[in-house]
Order: sequence, then C-alpha cells, then structure tokens
Amino acid sequence: MLLYQAIEELLAAAAAQNKKISELVLADQAQQMEKTEQEVYAQMEQSFDVMCDSVLQGQGPNQRSTSGLTGGEGFKMMFYSERTAGGLSGVFMTRAMSRALAVSGCNAAMGKIVATPTAGSCGILPGCLVSLYEDKKMPKKDIVMSIFTAAAFGIVIAQRACLAGAQGGCQAECGSAAGMAAAALVELQGGTPQQAADACAIAIANQLGLVCDPVAGLVEIPCIKRNVSGVMIAFSSADMALAGIRSEIPVDECIDSMDEVGSALPASLRETALGGLAATPTGMKLKEQVFGPAQH
Amino acid sequence: MNVFDIIGPTMIGPSSSHTAGAVALGRVANKVMNQASPAKVRIELSGSFAHTYKGHGTDRALMAGIMGYKSYSAEIRDALDIAQQRGIEYEFVPTDIPGAHPNTARIYIKGKNGEECTVQGASIGGGNIRVDYINGMRVDFTGEHNTILVLHRDKPGLIAAVTNLMKEKYKEVNIGNFRLSRPVKGGEAMMTIEIDGMPPQGMIDDMRGIENVINVLLIRSV
Ligand code: SF4
Repeated sequence: MLLYQAIEELLAAAAAQNKKISELVLADQAQQMEKTEQEVYAQMEQSFDVMCDSVLQGQGPNQRSTSGLTGGEGFKMMFYSERTAGGLSGVFMTRAMSRALAVSGCNAAMGKIVATPTAGSCGILPGCLVSLYEDKKMPKKDIVMSIFTAAAFGIVIAQRACLAGAQGGCQAECGSAAGMAAAALVELQGGTPQQAADACAIAIANQLGLVCDPVAGLVEIPCIKRNVSGVMIAFSSADMALAGIRSEIPVDECIDSMDEVGSALPASLRETALGGLAATPTGMKLKEQVFGPAQH
Repeated sequence: MNVFDIIGPTMIGPSSSHTAGAVALGRVANKVMNQASPAKVRIELSGSFAHTYKGHGTDRALMAGIMGYKSYSAEIRDALDIAQQRGIEYEFVPTDIPGAHPNTARIYIKGKNGEECTVQGASIGGGNIRVDYINGMRVDFTGEHNTILVLHRDKPGLIAAVTNLMKEKYKEVNIGNFRLSRPVKGGEAMMTIEIDGMPPQGMIDDMRGIENVINVLLIRSV
C-alpha cells in the first residue's frame, strides 16, 4: 500500500509498475477503503458530476452571493469570452476562467460544491477539468481518473504541509488546488508522472507565500478571483512541464517549503481577516456593509 | 486519509467550518430531540460564529441541521424560510462563551410537546465538529463514529450492565471511546460510547430496557 508521504514514492511506484499515477491510486484506495475499484471510481464520477453542476449553477446571470458582496462573475466572463472571441487569453482559457468563477461564485451563493481540497479553492479543479471535458471533448473516464492523481498529490501535501488557509495561508488552499490540478492536467495530456510532479512543483512555487485575507471573513473577496489565477497557474505549469521544463526544486521540497512559509506567516494573514485586503479601508467598509457597524 | 478527504466533502458553500460543520452540529441536536418536532429554537453563537454567521449562512446551516438536513442538502439555503413554514420560532444570539472554541454554538430547543434539549459544540475545521455538552452534561465526541448516549440514573453497576449487554449479546461491537459524565452523585448521568461500525439491530432498544436507563440515543456519524 502507498503511504503518500512523498511524491517521490508515487513516482517510484509508477515507474516500477509502469502505470499511471491514477491507476496506482485507484487500486490502492479501493484496497484501503475495502471497496471495489468500480465503487471507488463511481464515487469519484459523482464528485465530478457535482463539479459540472456547480459550473452550470454559478454561470447564471442573476447569481449573487449570500452577503451581496459578489455575484455574476462567471456569467460576465462567459459573455465577454463570446463577445470578444476569447479576449486576450483565448477562447479556451477565458471559458476556463468563467468556470472557475462560476464554481467559486456558486460556493459563495450557498450552492452545492465539492471541496477540492477546500471550499475556498473549489473552483480550480473544475475550472481546469470541466473545460477539458466540455471544450476539448476528452473522455469522461480519463477526466475522472485524473482526479485520483490530483487527490494523491493533495494527500501528500496534506501530510507534509497543510490545506487550510487558517493554518498555511491561501497558498495552502488555492496553491494546493493549483498544484493538484497541474498534475492532473499533465496526466490527461499524456505526460509522464515525473512531468506531473514538475507541474505540481511549479504551481506551488508560483503561489508560495500567498496570504489568506478574506474581506469581512467571507470566502468571496479575494477568494473568487484567486480561483481564476489558480486555474491560469495550473495550465501554465502543466504546459511548462509538458514542454520539458523541469522544476529545479523537487516537488517534495517545494511542499516542505510551503509548510515553512505557512508557519512563518503572521496570524493576521491566515484567515483571521485582520490583515491584507481585509484590513484595507475598503475591506473594512465592506465588512461594515455586510455585518453592520455594531459588530466589529 | 483517503482520496475523498481531499476531493470532498460535497457540501453547500461557502465554508466547510462555518456552513458544513454548522449543519453537522444542528444534526446532533436533531438526533438528541429524537424525532420530536421543534417549536422554539434559540441559538447562541460565540467567537467567529458570532461575527460572521450571516455572511457564511451559519444560521441557515444550523437550522437545516436541526430539521434533519445534511451538509449537501439544497434546502440549506432556504432553511430559515422552511423553519418559518413549519411554525418554528427561532432566534440567533451573538454572545461570548468564555473559554469556548472560536466556532461554538449553543443550541436550545423546545419541542411541540414540551420536550427540551440543549447541545453545545464547536466546528473545528474541514466540516468536522466536536460536541461539548448535551443537556448540560459534558460529553466529548466528534460525530465521526456512531455514538451512543445513555442517559441514566447514577446507580452502582449500571456501566457494567450496559457494557455486559454489549459483550454478551452483541459481541461484534467494539467500543472506540467511553466517557461518563455525572454532574451530581446519585443524580442523572450520561455515558458517551463511540463504537466502530454500525450498531446491530435491537441493541439500542435492549439498552433502553436496562433498569435505571432513562433513554438511549444513537447519533449516527454525521
Ligand atoms: S483567501 Fe483564504 S478564505 Fe479565501 S480562498 Fe484563499 S485561503 Fe480560502
């Protein structure tokens, strides 16, 4: 059985058995959970179906968050993508952005989402994977399998570092999500396990130090937009790895460094809403707007 | 840890600790009410819950849990309206419970036939909870395992009677955790028993039949 203590371990096992990481992980998890591979796969397929539903729900024109601070971003982005034939980043990327905004907006509006790995970062994996499924017409089976790869990277990150903004800043939420998504993207494009690891390393390195500073303590500003940057970082990291660009720092060391940076962050920048954007004059004003001046 | 701890839970947003965890706390109160329908609900919110409950929908999540919904039920969004339609009076009171975990709720429920219960617990992250008090008695469980609460009169031999029943008749049951809470000697007391796996059919009823046991509740893993 796999211990998920290092990505190195996954790479070694994949090389030894000449398998994809997702195949290894599915077999291993079925054994650990005392279920059949079909059952575990079916459960993951359900999670992916929920991701597709959250995209749809969040792309509605009238979607508003519960607090009223945000809403409609997924719709605006999709409309912009169509109107400008893909804006600056191209049709595929702007549509992926729209999906990340939609899922994250669905979350803020109290819609149904899958935490991947957290609710705050729930737009990144769907932003990447639903786009490959719907726009690049990749087979659903491959997409669902790639989520096992993403999850395996997530388990290692959870064990070596952490996945909560309150503990490690937003690098732990959106950074981990981007790293997990980058690895899944590489596998889907036919890259090697080593390239998946490099993509994850690059994504984590690019989010290193990202603080958690939710305005008014709500998972909206800046979280929703950070899901988009997470998607962009996941794609660019995957493309770099597929192009043969290596991460000079091995992925396990990047994860360890993320843990170190997270612990070094002051408490004010770890989901307490006492620093960063939350503490700006406008951030404070928005807080008052939602919760009233009586509550601090 | 498995892949669904990373990809999941499927939940209603926006926050696993402020929304999904709050549903789980409400569900514990629902179980403690044991099918009695609530008439009045008062919820005290402490710490971060007190400051951000409206924006995170913690109020709706708690009410949804109290009415028996799950952390992925679409009804969470409209839980306050549903409560109103069901004629449940409710209020949310920001307060400060000294020494409590930053995400703590204290739930008081009065049932339509005068039943009452209180549950105090905390949402400790990632949708996980810790229950601290039930009906004023100290408990300590997470809802991750099936938990049996045995309310009984504090009489000698009663713990043995309960555990012997498990040992003799329900051999397959393994106790993962046990706690006794007894505010006053000779008064009412509570055993909190966490077990591995599902309780076998009939065990809870058998426990209820033990002399000096007042009531037994099963809180299924939430
Ligand atoms: S800023 Fe904080 S609350 Fe928002 S997504 Fe990042 S870690 Fe989560």
